[in-house]
Amino acid sequence: MLKDITLGQFFPGNSIVHRLDPRTKLALTLFYIVALFMCKSYFAFALMAVVLVAIIVASQLNARVILKGLKPVAIIIIVTAILNIFLTPGEPIFEWWIISISVEGIIMAVLMAVRLILLVTGTFMVSYTTSPLALTDAIESLLSPLKKLHFPVHELAMMMSIALRFIPTLIEETDKIMSAQKARGADFETGNILRRAKAMLPILVPLFISAFSRADELADAMESRCYHGGIGRTRMNTLHAEARDYVALLGGVVIIGAVVALNILL
Amino acid sequence: MSGIIETQQLSFSYRETDGSERLTLNGLDIAIQEGEFVAILGHNGSGKSTLAKHFNAMLLPAGGRVLIGGMDTADEKLVLEIRRLVGMVFQNPDNQLVANVVEEDVAFAPENLGCAPDEIRRRVDDALNAVGMYEYREHAPHRLSGGQKQRVAIAGTLAMKPRCIVFDEPTAMLDPLGREHVVGLIHKLREELGVTIVLITHHMEEAIGADRILVLNAGEVAMEGTPREIFTRIADLREIGLDVPETVLLMDELNARGFGLELGALTVEECANAILAQLQ
Repeated sequence: MLKDITLGQFFPGNSIVHRLDPRTKLALTLFYIVALFMCKSYFAFALMAVVLVAIIVASQLNARVILKGLKPVAIIIIVTAILNIFLTPGEPIFEWWIISISVEGIIMAVLMAVRLILLVTGTFMVSYTTSPLALTDAIESLLSPLKKLHFPVHELAMMMSIALRFIPTLIEETDKIMSAQKARGADFETGNILRRAKAMLPILVPLFISAFSRADELADAMESRCYHGGIGRTRMNTLHAEARDYVALLGGVVIIGAVVALNILL
Repeated sequence: MSGIIETQQLSFSYRETDGSERLTLNGLDIAIQEGEFVAILGHNGSGKSTLAKHFNAMLLPAGGRVLIGGMDTADEKLVLEIRRLVGMVFQNPDNQLVANVVEEDVAFAPENLGCAPDEIRRRVDDALNAVGMYEYREHAPHRLSGGQKQRVAIAGTLAMKPRCIVFDEPTAMLDPLGREHVVGLIHKLREELGVTIVLITHHMEEAIGADRILVLNAGEVAMEGTPREIFTRIADLREIGLDVPETVLLMDELNARGFGLELGALTVEECANAILAQLQ
């Protein structure tokens, strides 16, 4: 059952969106979020939606994948929308007891829902089209100016990539420990949450012990392969920004500009 | 001629949880020559893994010296050079792979050494070809079998271009097929690349192909000699808790029933021929 967990939600592919430099994608996501929160007019929202659809089409991802990604946040979107309907002051069109619904409220709720959907889908597009390893490299590269302030950028990136490497290993181990406990009569499926949480304890203890011994052995193996921190370390695959990356970044700036213009003109 | 690995009166002790010191290595004098294949045998707690960790400065001697290619491991400035010279492959294949793509993992050591990107690429391709894992270069390590992971780990060490590789029980966690591949690969590395091999194991069969065997017991060299010399000393091996290869065992039992076989035949083929000759 644990094997079903997909991590990082990366869908490999060879589309233009996949091939963009991961740093470009991170920067564009930031642009997109900024633009989205500057949107005031309906046209601006429409523009943002069109841009997102264009990116999705270009990424050649299945639409079902994208809808599935929205599922976990659906509740948040619905609750936000409902709160907006009831709590936005305005001319009431429906009143009963202490509840009143206004046109402004409905409009606000719809816009808020659209904004959240665009936000979530937009940011998820990065993780859908970028391998976790590339993302780690991009973060290391983008944060590298902080090295001057003695911020441990390389260490952070190394920790992230090791964590990614060991997640499947530890999941496999958890599965094994659970099977071993089940074979000896442990019950993980019945009872209330408190009971089930208690039943997890005998899994966590051996899991932690083994994780520490793994860490110890990994450190030995890394040192044996001449690891001595980020100083003097080179990379086999270095990130290269190409023409398409600059074009994409320019596109991002244009979109922000367009949103600002739409806000002012309309 | 000075050896690539040389220990002089090497002593080491671990501190127990109660504060007392337990001597694990007791005045060892070992010399391993360039190009040699040496197997180190010993049961659990004989100090063989502790010894291995002295070969690339993971542990430093409490007494005596360890010289790697003439460099003293106690000299902090030489640590990287020593580790580049003597690669190490460990028991658990899962716990020595760093990256989540095979080729990225193999690239780890040359990246640490500061090689140029195209040089790293060349070393990675060469190392993966040498261990026969080139077509898996873009796979995730957790999808590979134990034997395949161990071959990737060997490639990761080869990418440093070491002159010697120390294998610390590399097959202990593998299935029979994976073990066969890894042992075959170890022999191939020595024959084709001329890498000095130190194989630490408690599988007697794996030590048969070595040039020389060191048997460790309680932190001291209990026996030393060619596989033929060591494995025919059945009583001595048993006394320190070690097995003998099944071939020797078979011939020993046949001898107990009146056969007059020479115990020198170690491989299955040699053993079969010896028995056949006797029967005829």
